[in-house]
Amino acid sequence: MSELIDTSSREETTPHPEMPMAVLAEMTHRCPLRCPYCSNPLALSRASDELSTEDWRRVIDELPEIGVLQLHFSGGEPLIRKDLVELVRHAGQAGLYTNLITSAVLLDATKVAALAEAGLNHVQISFQGSREEEEADRIAGMPGAHLRKLEAARQIREADLPLTVNAVMHRQNLDQLPEMIDLAVDLGAGRLEVAHVQYYGWALKNRAALIPTLDQLERATEIVEEAIRRLKGILVIDYVIPDYYARRPKQCMGGWGQRFFNISPDGKVLPCHAAASITGLSFDSVRDHPLAWIWRHSPALNRYRGVDWMRAPCRNCEYREIDRGGCRCQAFALTGEAENTDPACALSPRHEEIFALAATESAEDRRRLLYRAHGGGVWESEG
Amino acid sequence: MPATVVRRPTGIALTSRPVLPRHARLRFDAVRQRWVILVPERVLLPDETAIEILRLADGEITVETIIDRLTFKYQGDRAVIATDVIALLQDLADQGFLLDLGGEGE
Repeated sequence: MSELIDTSSREETTPHPEMPMAVLAEMTHRCPLRCPYCSNPLALSRASDELSTEDWRRVIDELPEIGVLQLHFSGGEPLIRKDLVELVRHAGQAGLYTNLITSAVLLDATKVAALAEAGLNHVQISFQGSREEEEADRIAGMPGAHLRKLEAARQIREADLPLTVNAVMHRQNLDQLPEMIDLAVDLGAGRLEVAHVQYYGWALKNRAALIPTLDQLERATEIVEEAIRRLKGILVIDYVIPDYYARRPKQCMGGWGQRFFNISPDGKVLPCHAAASITGLSFDSVRDHPLAWIWRHSPALNRYRGVDWMRAPCRNCEYREIDRGGCRCQAFALTGEAENTDPACALSPRHEEIFALAATESAEDRRRLLYRAHGGGVWESEG
Repeated sequence: MPATVVRRPTGIALTSRPVLPRHARLRFDAVRQRWVILVPERVLLPDETAIEILRLADGEITVETIIDRLTFKYQGDRAVIATDVIALLQDLADQGFLLDLGGEGE
């Protein structure tokens, strides 16, 4: 019998890294949107710190040599970079599978045609809401954003580029979930990611305004499960639940520095996009070292590989090779120490306290958002 | 909102002319020395039979021809081979990783 094995889950983590499969290239932290759950760090890079086109070309050449197969162009908004089309082409020529992760507000027919011609394999557009333009634009912090996204998505499908809709869900838009699913179908997307906000960085600052109630989450899960059955062969749906309501922590990134890394706009190599938030770790830069050296020898990448760094209760836990103690960034953000068990785990001594607080926040009716911006963000105007 | 192209499920039949779309790339990974299928957010590792089927699936020849060729090559039970080929292709189609160019054979 023929069989296709999916590599998205793996059994063991190792102190000696295997070859990385995929890389997220944060081309820039600049973005026309100001989403209150942005996955960029609170300390945003400036344009003047960004890698040059030549830097990126060299990095792209090094990626296949160390085993990387897929390159995700992300940001900020990657289309702010004037050299994006050139770099997509360069990556394709290097044999990499290329994906563009974009807000799409800067995409027009000309740009879409250029990207398609450059060999782009796939596009992912984030949506902040369904058809309620004003509400979606309020979350994005940019008037007109939603209509621009719809138009860009149409251009992408007309150019016959494959599309994933990324629906970012939270308490203030979960009631729009059925419409978000319809939207993905109507746009001709082949795939929909229903991604509950993960509460790090900007999202953690906005947790009280965004975290869903348990009832909301359970309803959303039912809706997604029904849609997966109904839309088989039409739309593939991937579902990311907020780990605050799980009993077990998520297997974050397949393990720290196991088969994925992130390159920040200024060239730092991180195990994930949030890791810069862990103070005390010094990440190495592609400006100073070849990627092959960084992947094997960077002290920050080696810090949480394998299981030897673990403390109790992870150290002796039967799940330690399965979930690897959860997410280091979340452990740091919520307990102050990255070596601690991720409080998403029911075995963490901090679990009850932290998630009781989050559940309390979810039942309040706070709506005011802290938009991402340099200098700690900007509060939404009241009224 | 005006819709573009709403998708329909792809049912794999003997007359289908399957081909991998732009976002599902079958290629040989020289570093790991094995074939891989690259799809959004994931890497699929096809076994030898899957590789053979997908290398034949060029959007021009039909599923029936693919089955004929494999039956001839392996001198196997045609019904068993047909079941395997269609199951594999249908699984990929359900995940959105296979196009059927059908009767047009573009």
